[in-house]
Amino acid sequence: MDKKYCAYICTGCGIGEALNIEELTKVVTSEMAMDCKDHSYLCGADGRAFIEKDMSENGVNTVMICACSPRVMQNEFDFGNDKITVRANLREQVIWSAGVAEEGKEDAHQEWMQETASDYVRMACTRAKKTELPEPFQLETLNKEILVMGGGIAGMTAALEASKAGSKVTIIEKADKLGGKALGWAKQFPTKLPYADLEPNSIGEMVAAVEADSNITVKTSTEVARIGGAPGDFGVTLKAAGSKTEWDAPAKVGVDEQDLISQGKMEDPNAGLKPYAEGNPDAQKFGAVVLATGWVPADVSEYTHLGCGVNEKVVTNAQFEKMAKDNQLSGINSVAFVMSPGGEEHDQDFPYCNSVTSMVALKQAKYVRENNADAKAYILYQHMRTPGHMELFYKGIQQDDGIFLTKAAVTSVVAAGNGCTVTAKDTLLGEDLSLDVDLVVLAAGMVPTTKFENSINLAYRQGPAFLDLGLFDGYADSHFICFPYETRRTGVYTCGGVRKAMNMEETIDDATGAALKAIQCIESADRGVSVHPRSGDKTYPEFFMQRCTQCKRCTEECPFGALDDDAKGTPLPNPTRCRRCGTCMGACPERIIGFKDYNVDLIGAMLKSIEVPEDDEDKLRIVIFACENDAYPALDMAGMRRNKLNHMVRIIPVRCLGSVNMAWVRDLLSAGMDGAMLLGCKYGDDYQCHFVKGSEIASKRMENIGDSLSTLGLEPERVRSEQISITDYDKIPQLLNDFVDEIVELGPNPFKGF
Amino acid sequence: MTDEQGTSGAILVVGGGISGLTSALEAAEVGNDVFLVEKNAYFGGRVAQLNQYFPKLCPPSCGLEINFKRIKDNRKIRPYTMTTVKSVTGGPGNYEVTLETAPRYVNANCTACGECTIACSDEIDNDFNLGMNKSKAAYLPHEMAFPRRYVINKAALSAAGAAAVKAACKYNAVDLEMQTETKVIKVGAIIWATGWTPYDPTKMENLKFGQSQAIVTNMMIERMAAPGGPTDGAIVRPGDGKEPESFAFVQCAGSRDENHLEFCSYVCCMATFKQMTYIRERYPEAKIYVFYIDLRTPGKYEKFREKLMADQNSTFIKGKVAEIIPEADGGVTVVAENAVTGNKIRQKVDMAVLATGMQPSLAVQGVPVALAMDNSGFIISDPEKGMIAAGCARKAADVVTTNQSSTAAALKAIQVSRRS
Repeated sequence: MDKKYCAYICTGCGIGEALNIEELTKVVTSEMAMDCKDHSYLCGADGRAFIEKDMSENGVNTVMICACSPRVMQNEFDFGNDKITVRANLREQVIWSAGVAEEGKEDAHQEWMQETASDYVRMACTRAKKTELPEPFQLETLNKEILVMGGGIAGMTAALEASKAGSKVTIIEKADKLGGKALGWAKQFPTKLPYADLEPNSIGEMVAAVEADSNITVKTSTEVARIGGAPGDFGVTLKAAGSKTEWDAPAKVGVDEQDLISQGKMEDPNAGLKPYAEGNPDAQKFGAVVLATGWVPADVSEYTHLGCGVNEKVVTNAQFEKMAKDNQLSGINSVAFVMSPGGEEHDQDFPYCNSVTSMVALKQAKYVRENNADAKAYILYQHMRTPGHMELFYKGIQQDDGIFLTKAAVTSVVAAGNGCTVTAKDTLLGEDLSLDVDLVVLAAGMVPTTKFENSINLAYRQGPAFLDLGLFDGYADSHFICFPYETRRTGVYTCGGVRKAMNMEETIDDATGAALKAIQCIESADRGVSVHPRSGDKTYPEFFMQRCTQCKRCTEECPFGALDDDAKGTPLPNPTRCRRCGTCMGACPERIIGFKDYNVDLIGAMLKSIEVPEDDEDKLRIVIFACENDAYPALDMAGMRRNKLNHMVRIIPVRCLGSVNMAWVRDLLSAGMDGAMLLGCKYGDDYQCHFVKGSEIASKRMENIGDSLSTLGLEPERVRSEQISITDYDKIPQLLNDFVDEIVELGPNPFKGF
Repeated sequence: MTDEQGTSGAILVVGGGISGLTSALEAAEVGNDVFLVEKNAYFGGRVAQLNQYFPKLCPPSCGLEINFKRIKDNRKIRPYTMTTVKSVTGGPGNYEVTLETAPRYVNANCTACGECTIACSDEIDNDFNLGMNKSKAAYLPHEMAFPRRYVINKAALSAAGAAAVKAACKYNAVDLEMQTETKVIKVGAIIWATGWTPYDPTKMENLKFGQSQAIVTNMMIERMAAPGGPTDGAIVRPGDGKEPESFAFVQCAGSRDENHLEFCSYVCCMATFKQMTYIRERYPEAKIYVFYIDLRTPGKYEKFREKLMADQNSTFIKGKVAEIIPEADGGVTVVAENAVTGNKIRQKVDMAVLATGMQPSLAVQGVPVALAMDNSGFIISDPEKGMIAAGCARKAADVVTTNQSSTAAALKAIQVSRRS
């Protein structure tokens, strides 16, 4: 694109009064050698017409809007896909953050504000120069069919719902028929008012609907050997369930392990398997994957004090369900349901329970009563968990004289006669309880299949399984409350029992949502744009491979496993797996990765455009790289609340702290600036980074850079990373002041002026 | 959007809280046109008022920021604030909906400079902060308000205030003559994401809300704990500003009660544990008493509960609160019976927090069209008719579950638009 630039300075909202616009204009016209105009109300109809006139009459196509924050007035300053708009935040982050001049320091205050504004204008002009229009990445061929792994309620729902929206779907199921766990259910929970009666098992109807659906192909007794490729173009190798093939997904082999294997010091775990990066020419193509491989009943054999594995009259809820299904309840006159194994030690349910097991106990108590009108059921719980409308089901059960419910700390189950004696303390009866029953049912949990196996079997450089499973006890769940379908594997969406113990209603909702995300991912790949959280972003990272040194940092650090590599270690990008966070760009020591509108050179040039005054201790320059999702909005809100920001800082928004290349930090220090801070999201188990690892990776890089600064004779304290929340707008000023104070203490950068 | 009047493929999402935002964005990012209408002056709904989410203790505004950015970046969505549905005619694939937009008295010229607020002398109760403080009658509802455009409460403006506000605006954005506007759109399907409202605590006469400043609701605690809230983050007794040394949480305040809300509101137990962390952060030594029927913190929430139950200064009593008695010193006495020991408990505390439940908003507001609803006011989805309920308009749920059901609702609506 042949760029024709013009900067537009808005003098509205107090900018014109607070700043010397003539001087600011000179920064653009003389220093940057670009056109510059000002207007008293740029976002108004007249202001926009003023810009559009330049566009139509003078061919201006690249504009620097020096006005309010880029977080506001996006539509007003969107001049179409063939124009470039860059914003300089003079309102929120300059005049609103300047504070009030101290008495006698009015001139200095004015000067500081003017200097800050000038730097933001310089950076905007530089950014405009270096920004190119994006060209969306297009796959050569796009396959829109969805692969659903697992043929239970979750999988079948995902398939049926995707089909209803017009998608083609293949379901694979390990077992020899569809239906999953639900095939074994005697009856289902009530789903509608008055939530009183159990409903007949509807799984047969769902199986029939799937089998009758011409959009859905069903492959039973089938498993995934490996999934290679990327959204829109996954290559899936299927195999007979339980078999081993050369296309099975290889285990992850790290750099160090590979060395050991090469030296013969370690056995190759992948011996006999095709390399992960090798595509199977016979693989079937899919656009997206829904993982719905469900759960298995928890092993409760450790609870011997409850008679588990010792006493045949003690069964799990799964076993009891089968007995009910097979009509084997005759002769059972009393059953105790034990919800919590902790006795007097703790009041938690069995592991992997969620609230489903409370409801299962209620349902199964009803089986006991429906089978034999004289039979008694005892439900011994610590906390009855029947959320939402399930409370009504619980209430209905309480009306049944034959079902006895109490809070109880069950301390033991021992054999007695043909049955068991259950003892419990802390009951609602005001006394300890001893019950003789024919059968005891333990409310065992539902363990996700992802706890035991790779399940998804990706042929990715970062390995075959989901990451972070440890954070969720093996569940393949999202870590984001706001975004429950986010996984670290783009185009793969999980639902049902693999991510939570759910009842049928929840499972159906969850699977329908997963189907939507699969369709959405394929549509986004088709348009060449990113999915969440940078939905619609047309840029993607481009690699200048000639200069790649095969250091593998980008392939290691990508939070989404978007980068595979070849035998030499050269990265093989998969743009449709990419979320555009730029962590690869931050990782690259050769600076060869970048986006059209965001790259090492662009930010580097912006940094260089900051004016660095010499010999003035009141004018140190400290750069804040601020995560644009949380830190930057927090800084904006600090401005809205008129919190004063230190006049020596210059803020640069970044896509994610993960994208911050340490070259920037070195460059800014060599350019004589005095310090740098990375301001981003919380990390650790409760991480808030929307790119999962960005802020954590960045802080590690910052620790490492300390050493190289020392060799330059610079104090490592000049660089720091801080974790903040978007709501920390009242704390930020102090945080920045403290940092600036420390740098002032260290004194100006000795490289100043070199 | 290709057609401002809508098309048979377009989707109307009613309600711009986390549920509606999710439905609207997920549908639009598939490629459908979406109208998103919200009755408040800002998007974000109930979660915008929360200080943190459980169990991560992260601020909801973080996710809202991303969602707002997704809206700004997506021309498929047309967001309307202060807008409600007046009537719906037609059928699935072919609904004609009349929308009514209440006057904001600030037009699109607004630059959000804030001069009107500075000039305005008239004050109103701050609804966003549940009336716990005042805001000017010309105001931005809160820092994160999207769209960032001011609002004027015209009824609260004095003649002088009106003149001052008008004079303060350099951009001719104040329009006190603004009228209610109606607009008719065509859509294929409607997602009802009308959310919930805290159950009116005055309805439980035994809990004496309103009779003592020491009795507050869980939503009030959220606002107090929030950095931009009425107390800038301090949890203090309204009225006398006392820093409480003891707290009682009254669980199931309205929920699981056939005289009030017969269902379980799903979130209140976890909300209480979360609010215990707010209290601990501010008052490490304060005594906390939690009165409950069951502690419903299933699944991965158990870890969070476990951590807080280990707190030495907290006591958990299985027993429903029978009565709260205001005391002369500004505190209250909470009366309950311990269901396990049978002991009657009278616990004096400085502040009692009612864990009020969630009532579906439409049960309070009424419905503009004949929607299938249950006797609590939750909407029963009817995808065949293109009438789809999402989030807490359909059932009491936490944010994760709400977002799952809202994503699902988006697909159900898309299916209507793709029916041949």
